[in-house]
Amino acid sequence: MDDIKILDTVERYIRGEMTPDERLYFEQLRKTNPEIDQLVVEHTLFLQQMNRFGEWKKFKQSLHETHIDLTQQGKIHSDKLRGGAKVVYLWNKYKRVTAIAASIAGITAIGLTILVNSLAPHAKDPKMQELVRQVNVLERNQKVLDNKINYVDKKSQQQPVISTPVRYNGTGFLIDAKGLMITNAHVVKNSRNIFVQNNKGDQFKAFVVKLDVARDVAIIKIDDESFKSFASLPYSFKKATSDIAEPIFTLGYPRDEVVYGEGYLSAKTGYNGDTLSCQISIAANPGNSGGPIFNHNGEVIGILSAKETEAEGTVFAVQSKYIYQVLEELRKSSLYENVKLSTKSALSGLDKVQQVKKIQDFVFMVKGD
Amino acid sequence: MKAESNEKALLQGLARSDKKAIEIIYRENYNMVQSLIINNSGSAEDAKDIFQEAMIVLYEKVRSGTFELNCLIKTYVYSVSRRLWLKRLQQMSRYVPAMENLQDTVAVEEDVAENERINGEFLVMEKAIGSLGEPCKSLLEAYYLEKKSMVEIALFFGYTNAENAKNQKYKCLVRLKKIFFAQYKNGNGNG
Repeated sequence: MDDIKILDTVERYIRGEMTPDERLYFEQLRKTNPEIDQLVVEHTLFLQQMNRFGEWKKFKQSLHETHIDLTQQGKIHSDKLRGGAKVVYLWNKYKRVTAIAASIAGITAIGLTILVNSLAPHAKDPKMQELVRQVNVLERNQKVLDNKINYVDKKSQQQPVISTPVRYNGTGFLIDAKGLMITNAHVVKNSRNIFVQNNKGDQFKAFVVKLDVARDVAIIKIDDESFKSFASLPYSFKKATSDIAEPIFTLGYPRDEVVYGEGYLSAKTGYNGDTLSCQISIAANPGNSGGPIFNHNGEVIGILSAKETEAEGTVFAVQSKYIYQVLEELRKSSLYENVKLSTKSALSGLDKVQQVKKIQDFVFMVKGD
Repeated sequence: MKAESNEKALLQGLARSDKKAIEIIYRENYNMVQSLIINNSGSAEDAKDIFQEAMIVLYEKVRSGTFELNCLIKTYVYSVSRRLWLKRLQQMSRYVPAMENLQDTVAVEEDVAENERINGEFLVMEKAIGSLGEPCKSLLEAYYLEKKSMVEIALFFGYTNAENAKNQKYKCLVRLKKIFFAQYKNGNGNG
């Protein structure tokens, strides 16, 4: 209990709550009693500290309250970061992280590049050399070719005039008695001179009247004094499409003599479903192209045009109705306005041998140079 | 002249912990400090901490009686906040950005260091009081911080008379002083 009283007295002394008499007495006590003096000093320090601490706490508390008040009043913009401020805040918060991430990405990329470069050459080099070797080979081949070309050039310069050999050979047949013929475009299109030769070996000059490269059909006209017009054509031209399995035959010049071949109509359409052509099955050789395709009545149903290289026995023919279309166009010109295709065959009912005998004079070999 | 006398009045108010003065200084300077912190890798929460710390530095300064108004409050608060934030960033061993000086700053290193020391002492006290446990903590806070009389305290805490309350307070005080002086001396010795 004494200690409590002493402390209480010390506190009263420090706070200045004592009466002057009391105070005088207590100061006297401090001087004589070191323990009391010690206690006073110690407790003074403690109380000072307590006071300052209390004020510090109070001030902090009031700062906290002020912060809340001002935020609620909207006088300071705290807590709720909006819009741009938020972005700035987030950016500032993570910009170091972003920078590090970017650096790592960059270093990784560079590292990988170095790694790939240091490892890859072992795998790549042989190929590279191979390519270089191939290029070298190509260069050598090119040089050889150049030499050959030079040699050929010299040769052709040395012998400028040579007898033009027949470069294109095909078959053609008359579509009108006065010398209008039909053949394949590829036979005549690149020829400077066109000659037609009949079964007896007589040659006549001819010229191109119309060329349809896409359809591979050409109309040529015999223009030679020695050629004598016929009275009429024994065969006719069929307008309608023929039926599948219909027996057919052709005459052509795969060699110098007229050659007969027979077969049947395989399909009503040609290559890739072309409705102006048809597919036939017939033994055909290169010289046969441009030759007429007859049915058993001696009607022309088509023009033999192309052989499919991949399938044996597959031959395509341009249908005869196309001839009508071509002539339609041709008649627009005054020179050919009277040309008419015969629709009545004089060969029906005759046997093959008779038919061919009558037809063969109208089928020619077409030569171009 | 008017602005200067205004500033002086504000500081005097602050020294008295005048609520109005605190509010005015707070209102006029907070947003500036918040932009500073947010533009330099801080959050709104950081801004609040730093600003209030700067306010305490200013408060301690005006209370010490040695504060002379040789710059604007704004400049002082900005300088202290900047200094505090740089220290905080260094403590977090974070990358310290090159803070651009949006405003002039004044030398505040000493003030900040002094504040740190005082804060250290206060934290010792806070920790000491906190470690007492109830009812000692509340009892001592009521008597020494809130300056309540022992009669009030006896009534509030339910003691039958003030003497009993005083008895209890004494026991608590002895404990507190023991802890405080142990830590205080320890802190100073290491200091």
